[in-house]
Amino acid sequence: MPAGATPDHAIWKLAAIGTLAGIFSGLFGVGGGTIIVPLLIFWFGYGERLATGTSLAAIVLIGALGALAQGGFYGNVHVATGLLLAVPAVLGVVLGTTIQQRIPQRAVSYLFALLLVAIAVELILS
Amino acid sequence: MNELLAVLICLAGGMTGGLVGVGGGVLFVPALTVFLGLGQVEAESTSLLMIVVVAIAGAYRQNSYGNVRLREALIVGSLSPLGVLVGVALANHVSERALQLAFAALALFMAAQLVRRARSAP
Repeated sequence: MPAGATPDHAIWKLAAIGTLAGIFSGLFGVGGGTIIVPLLIFWFGYGERLATGTSLAAIVLIGALGALAQGGFYGNVHVATGLLLAVPAVLGVVLGTTIQQRIPQRAVSYLFALLLVAIAVELILS
Repeated sequence: MNELLAVLICLAGGMTGGLVGVGGGVLFVPALTVFLGLGQVEAESTSLLMIVVVAIAGAYRQNSYGNVRLREALIVGSLSPLGVLVGVALANHVSERALQLAFAALALFMAAQLVRRARSAP
């Protein structure tokens, strides 16, 4: 087992994070990241950068399964529009990850808290 | 003009994703509905496609910085479809308003915990 890897007895917590992330994306259409990042920090003591990096890797799988279901079964995905707009979005994510390596980790927590408050306000007002 | 705004919001969505480790759908969906006139379901579905591309680029970058635990990510990601089924079932049995308020409360609680934890960090 590599240093710092999750011990086997904690696997159920990872499973719980995955299931919870799925529940919230099923309910609200928000990606699982809003759940995955805080829980990796709270339950596993991940630093902010490790939590956000691992979250993005999990989201690849979550998003792919969701997009396949929506695109494959229901034909709701506008592929050309999505791919075109993915260009500025990828530029943004490259910029965001670069900036993230250069700011203190706690700043990431503050930004995340801000995002959570914005989501809460939006849910309450909707 | 609307297209330009959509592009800018998607840039901001990707940047948010990179900074805080989310997919960016929170901004992609409104960009698609408000500025490009997609319906809610189409926007959410199209946003999923964008999230996959963004998450691949972001995870690749973070991995090069040593910030990804691949095994853990695979476990979290592969169990999410189970959660989606539970979520959809829940959505059909509990009032939407109650769910929204419950999630809002959870989001505020997690925000407070994150801030408290960050403030007490050395």
